[in-house]
Amino acid sequence: MHKGAREYRSVTHIHGPIMVVDGVSGVAFGEVVEITLPSGEKRLGQVLESRTNRAIVQVFGTTRDLDTHATTARFTGKTMHIAVTEEMLGRIFDGIARPLDGGAPPLGEEERDIHGSAINPYAREHPRDSIQTGISVIDGMNTLVRGQKLPIFSGAGLPHNLLAAQITRQAKVRGQQELFAVVFAAMGITHEEAAFFVSDFTRTGALERAVIFLNLADDPAIERIITPRLALTTAEFLAFEKGMHVLVILTDLTNYCEALREISAAREEVPGRRGYPGYMYTDLASIFERAGRIKGRTGSITQIPILTMPDDDITHPVPDLSGYITEGQIVLSRDLHRKGIYPPINPLPCLSRLMQTGIGPGRTREDHAQVNNQLYAAYAQGIKLKGLVAVVGEEGLSETDRTYIRFADRFEREFISQGPGEDRSFEATLDRAWDLLSILPEGELRRIDESFIRKYHPAYRGQKE
Amino acid sequence: MEREKECRGTIIRVTGPVVVADGMAGARMFEIVRVGEEALIGEIIALENEKATIQVYEETAGIMPGEPVTGTGRSLSVALGPGLLGTIFDGIQRPLAEMHQVSGDFIRRGSSVPALDPNKLWKFTPRVRPGDSVRGGDILGVVSESPSVPHLVMVPPALSGTVTMCVDEGEYTIHEPVCTLRSAGGEVGLPMVQYWPVRAARPIAQKLDPVDPLLTGQRIIDLLFPIAIGGTAAIPGPFGSGKTVVQHQLAKWANADIVIFVGCGERGNEMADVLAEFPRLEDPRTGLPLLNRMVLIANTSNMPVAAREASVYTGMTLAEYYRDMGYKVALMADSTSRWAEAMREISGRLEEMPGEEGYPAYLGSRLADFYERAGRVRTIGTGEREGSVSVIGAVSPPGGDFSEPVTQNTLRIVKVFWALDSDLAYRRHFPAINWLSSYSLYTGVVNRWWNENAGPGWEGMKSEIMTILQKENELEEMVKLVGPEVLPERDRLTLLEAEVIRESILMQYAFHPDDTYTSPRKLYRMVEMVFSFFALARGAVSSGALTETIRSLPVKSRLARMGTVPENTIDTVFPGIESQMREEFASLGRS
Ligand SMILES: Nc1ncnc2c1ncn2[C@@H]1O[C@H](COP(=O)(O)OP(=O)(O)O)[C@@H](O)[C@H]1O
Ligand SMILES: [Mg+2]
Repeated sequence: MHKGAREYRSVTHIHGPIMVVDGVSGVAFGEVVEITLPSGEKRLGQVLESRTNRAIVQVFGTTRDLDTHATTARFTGKTMHIAVTEEMLGRIFDGIARPLDGGAPPLGEEERDIHGSAINPYAREHPRDSIQTGISVIDGMNTLVRGQKLPIFSGAGLPHNLLAAQITRQAKVRGQQELFAVVFAAMGITHEEAAFFVSDFTRTGALERAVIFLNLADDPAIERIITPRLALTTAEFLAFEKGMHVLVILTDLTNYCEALREISAAREEVPGRRGYPGYMYTDLASIFERAGRIKGRTGSITQIPILTMPDDDITHPVPDLSGYITEGQIVLSRDLHRKGIYPPINPLPCLSRLMQTGIGPGRTREDHAQVNNQLYAAYAQGIKLKGLVAVVGEEGLSETDRTYIRFADRFEREFISQGPGEDRSFEATLDRAWDLLSILPEGELRRIDESFIRKYHPAYRGQKE
Repeated sequence: MEREKECRGTIIRVTGPVVVADGMAGARMFEIVRVGEEALIGEIIALENEKATIQVYEETAGIMPGEPVTGTGRSLSVALGPGLLGTIFDGIQRPLAEMHQVSGDFIRRGSSVPALDPNKLWKFTPRVRPGDSVRGGDILGVVSESPSVPHLVMVPPALSGTVTMCVDEGEYTIHEPVCTLRSAGGEVGLPMVQYWPVRAARPIAQKLDPVDPLLTGQRIIDLLFPIAIGGTAAIPGPFGSGKTVVQHQLAKWANADIVIFVGCGERGNEMADVLAEFPRLEDPRTGLPLLNRMVLIANTSNMPVAAREASVYTGMTLAEYYRDMGYKVALMADSTSRWAEAMREISGRLEEMPGEEGYPAYLGSRLADFYERAGRVRTIGTGEREGSVSVIGAVSPPGGDFSEPVTQNTLRIVKVFWALDSDLAYRRHFPAINWLSSYSLYTGVVNRWWNENAGPGWEGMKSEIMTILQKENELEEMVKLVGPEVLPERDRLTLLEAEVIRESILMQYAFHPDDTYTSPRKLYRMVEMVFSFFALARGAVSSGALTETIRSLPVKSRLARMGTVPENTIDTVFPGIESQMREEFASLGRS
């Protein structure tokens, strides 16, 4: 792209978040537009489609008070950029990177295109440093790894924020003292939710190491399209230029997707499932794939996106497309929440795709993978049998079956459940798992090698190998 | 066909990956063009008078109307020659390692890097002499591209003539002519490299029926739902159900000579994983690193969507090229749904009339054309060369709902269907291939191989396994209604048998060094062991033993761990398990 800015007063159509400017020339796809309202107020926009004489512009903020007479559109000749710097740590910005904390805009060290570029798959380092979150059901069964993108699939009213804050507080790679940072991007969440995070970060001192972008529920929805990209551009700078291990929390992706849908509808595009645009997978990938590690660079980007599943439906396009891109998912369950269990994580639909390389001897413990497998098999069996009991009663079940039911109950209360301040080590988590598995007859532990049973099973504890 | 004058037009519209240019007189459908000042790579996908609609294989931000578009006169083609194996390319065959050197850790657009190293010297051994008459597919010489796979340099398909020159054995670059041919069109120099348009199938002499199984080392596949060499299979499943792991397992262990892995619109880390792991793994047949028999195409979800659409064709063309040399090639595409979505996205930008769920109406025929390029064939060229392309495509149905268009259209074409099931995945029963809804139309075909190569009774045991599993399903439905206590002992035993089949044979842990692969011999022995157990258990039950007691026999856990017994110790370990089995049943009878 070239040229400086060009200004036009030829807005011809305004429709939803879209504005059409005619009689233009040399407008680039993706170019940033500064819009000046008749009142002198300024807004930003971005070119979605460029034709010889016409530019179709997506307006950030609302299109309220725009007119087709006096509104001017200044095409800046640049795509959307953000000036990034380490000085952003400890600062709070709005959804389009204007300071909210009363401070001056930080002086950028570098201007970066907020869309970033794809990491060359050849340059990626496969993530393998496991993070101890101190939460058993995550560490034991869905271990998080540095450089992973692991979303929380939640539902309205479930304690995903409490969980995300606990992870942020407790997450560590053991045996390593390294530079870390948190980048937090809010998209359409309430003031109260945002305040919860900010105060938790303040209380724990994380705020000094955090960059916060807030697009709240009453902020313009369309700006949500850029907020996560600002956050990730900042994160990339901190991780790959400054060598920090950056934890990125994005919440709530469902609001983000709604903004995408709104723009798509305004452009009268052919809708995909439930009205979301057909390119939503690609669009979400351009966010999630910005997590990772790069060979030869110290830093990393770990993403914990949060999304609320409309109607608790995991097949809804937002969780569904996300799950197809992210490296697993942590799924919250309303049932467990109703039972008073925190964190109400139902392990069955959960997955950490990078767990395999992050656990085992020298990383967590040699029995980890097999214990995990056994926990899954046993809990799934317990849940299945509980379903059966509901229909036919316990009498019909064998002794072993009843033991599985007991296992499932205790597993929920003693393994899944823990305090929001409770920080368990990998070993504590695994030992707890063994205590529970020992409820089952030893012959049922068929997913675990006999040698591990002899080493870790409580029945043999204290005995010589 | 050269064009008389240069085809050069001007951009009049840019929207995402689609650009429209006017003034493109003489442009042809599917011609590759250079777009804008930065000469981005694009392909013409629609023409209307002098207006060409172009899908651009690179990011288009910053491109504007008024910039030039130039035709190249070629369609999207791949370079075929030594140097493909062990390489990772993007969807339009740009080598990612070289791109990394040129543009760093992040992919920058406009980088142009040749697919194959133009300077590398390859040792060429000629197989023809001046005066020989040759035709398309004939072998001009051999290059040892990888120790296990001699790379045959072939006459390009449409060409024939008399050899007028052939170089001596020696080292040459891929662009130096190694032979000269006098053909109908005059004298042509033939270098080691040739080009082929990706969207066109390479010609074959004859399609042959599949006969042998593609052995995958995955028990549920080889036993119950086999794929034949030259066959087609689809793996649909919701996210996290194991599509990628199955594809990786096949890439590692299938008895193919060459594996082409297309990562189409999926995760970057999965490609990094392959790149990190495969060089360390040994090809069980040659002892060489597995990566040496592979070509990787990586167009991850965050890379340009148009190149994602092209990536499967790029992969298929490479597969056909090695097939033409007479190799057994396996092509994995993960995931074909992303390819279909890329089609949809481009179609949407073209404002075409959408079909079901917004997919273009030609979705079904594109899928069919693609899978039709699979097969066991007699290749062109003199002599009886037989080669094959087996295709395994992952399908990612939205919401795990198999009634959606991509799954349904794929099902109409492929012969094997491995249906992945989230319930199985949730309880970590892997591979989560649902044995009730999966099928293979090759079962009958490959039975012959198994009967000849595995051992007696194969077919019988196999169908009994299916019967037991089906019975289990019926019984479970019944139990859900009336409870387990009403089941007669005989049915309880069937449930136990099904459990043993599931745990001892069907479940297979990909990350265990020994469980990850099972040879046909070991598989046969495992099945035999399970049937020995059944025979003893049935005997015991008919003489009054309770299934619940049999269930708690320690040997049952040992059967469940058979998969983890190293291949080279099964002859000592399995008999041990068998005698333990006999003892335990005998003591049942005594007590
Ligand atoms: N055969 C297997 N053995 C062990 N684990 C498996 C197997 N198949 C799948 N998994 C587990 O399931 C996870 C998801 O599998 P993957 O193939 O990535 O799913 P999909 O491609 O369908 O989304 C893997 O990360 C792995 O943990
Ligand atoms: Mg996958």
